[in-house]
Amino acid sequence: MIETVVSMELPVDEKLTIRKNRIMPTHPSGEEKRIAIVTGTHGDELEGQFVCYELLRRLKAEPGYLKGIVDVYPALNPLGIDSITRGIPMFDLDMNRIFPGNEEGPMMESMVYRLTEDLKGADLCVDIHASNIFLMELPQVRINELTAETLVPLARKINVDFVWVHASATVLESTLAYSLNCVGTPTLVVEMGVGMRITKTYGYQLVEGILNVMKEMGVWEGSVGEVRTPVVSTDREVGYLNADSAGIYVPKIKIGEQVEKGALLGEILNPLTGDVEQAVTAPISGLVFTRREYPVVYSGSLLGRILGGVEK
Amino acid sequence: MRKTEIYNMKSPYREDLKISGYSFGHGRKSACIVGSIRGNEVQQLYVCSQIVRKLEELEAANAITADREILVVPSVNHHAMNIGKRFWPVDNTDINRMFPGYDLGETTQRIAAGVFEKVKDYDYGIQFASFYMPGDFIPHVRMMDTGKQNTSLAGLFGLPYVVVRKPKPIDTTTLNYNWQIWDTNAFSLYTMETDFIDEVSARQAVSAVLRFLTRMGILKYNSHNGYISTVIGEEELTSVRTSCGGIYRRLCHPGDEVHMGMPLAEIVHPYEGNVISTVLSPTEGIVFFTHKKPLVTENEVIFKIIRRLHE
Repeated sequence: MIETVVSMELPVDEKLTIRKNRIMPTHPSGEEKRIAIVTGTHGDELEGQFVCYELLRRLKAEPGYLKGIVDVYPALNPLGIDSITRGIPMFDLDMNRIFPGNEEGPMMESMVYRLTEDLKGADLCVDIHASNIFLMELPQVRINELTAETLVPLARKINVDFVWVHASATVLESTLAYSLNCVGTPTLVVEMGVGMRITKTYGYQLVEGILNVMKEMGVWEGSVGEVRTPVVSTDREVGYLNADSAGIYVPKIKIGEQVEKGALLGEILNPLTGDVEQAVTAPISGLVFTRREYPVVYSGSLLGRILGGVEK
Repeated sequence: MRKTEIYNMKSPYREDLKISGYSFGHGRKSACIVGSIRGNEVQQLYVCSQIVRKLEELEAANAITADREILVVPSVNHHAMNIGKRFWPVDNTDINRMFPGYDLGETTQRIAAGVFEKVKDYDYGIQFASFYMPGDFIPHVRMMDTGKQNTSLAGLFGLPYVVVRKPKPIDTTTLNYNWQIWDTNAFSLYTMETDFIDEVSARQAVSAVLRFLTRMGILKYNSHNGYISTVIGEEELTSVRTSCGGIYRRLCHPGDEVHMGMPLAEIVHPYEGNVISTVLSPTEGIVFFTHKKPLVTENEVIFKIIRRLHE
């Protein structure tokens, strides 16, 4: 059933409405577990759209196997998605930096408060992101080290390539995931694919993983395909590639490739002079799990990340 | 006056981003003034330009105290300003959410790190900032409650109000917050405008800075004493919201004294022209902030009032 989570009037003849689709088991007992799938916080990250569609399609195809409640929130930032805007149009702050919201705050903060209240109490929340328009990511779960003990066991079952346990940062305390984890709603952040595009293979992979976790939780009794075992990393094992020159970046490797330290990963070109401004090499050996897709770079632009210490 | 390069970054096709600083006097790093960090902060740029002009005159008249140096950085993000954007043009990130920066990090982290390296270590840091809620404020000094803030010093600007804000996680990456963490007494000054120039409040801001520098023994200058500032906590302000969306008609302005039940604004139906909501003051006090844009959404904070304060 499609429900309105929160709605506010815009100035002229329109409402901003965040909606969810609640799928219930055929014979509810009142004791069911609840899982929430949320995406579309950033309006340019669309990978989660296909996941929502495909998950709902699978659930509707075999309704008898569903033993819990599944809430699907495909568009936390509907104005952003419909206008190809990463943030909330007409609002300065990143939506994923104002959680848990403020009932008495400005309009968007009060909307976020109502959204958070709606999500609270779920037995699991999966927050799907797609990096941004600049970077392609291998399917991964990112976990704040403070919540690793609870979340890593769940993340291992969701069919991603790896689980990145990263250091805590104060500024990240206002994300949806941090806020929900703080109030005891386990929330996994999935990053995969690239902004403004849909990578169907990643979408199918994650749907299989979500069904697998649902099965573990007793929410799903239908079939689940093969689920991979992820590599679990820490911050110390990740190598960053940042540009040192401005120009046009052309990568020479594919995402998911194993590279050796010193290997040529790409070049920053100067199309005006015909020169190579920078030959970009691997700072460590390992798996390329982030690759820059958008060619225009400045000094500092992230060109990729490598997960070190992974066996070939 | 010495013009120096604070930071330089190459672009693929545009000219380099050159961030300039103007230094006055010599010796102890006494005061640093930073203007526009966002591309729409035109008033902030203008105020800094007027401070540079005034400090140049004062330096020529030997009015800068011995062993005192002042640095003014009028603009950080003119790459955005020159093309009508507020944030960094490539990835839309906010440089004022990147401090203290990271010199091996992403582009705006590198810019923030390069700037912070030059603006830290001063005794006093003054930033002309803009708020994430667009609108008009009473001119005031804003400080973060880091435990290191000194509201008595903030009062020496002689502006009508000093506002202390309890920092949220997102505030921990602003220049103001990091200045304080690095032991600089940090103040953010808000004037009436951001995207447009308001001469009256710009002059008031220039005077406030010169007054502060004089009172701290950095300048030798005679100026009016200004106000004895009223110190308020941001949480003490009463927020007033809209009950519907529509065309916004403002009836009161920052600084106005209002009483309970007084009409503050009207919301007009966008098609039919009738007043569909009259927003009434829930308290008596002084209007501190008003929404300015002509349209409003439902549940928008359009006024903030300092409760039970009188002119």
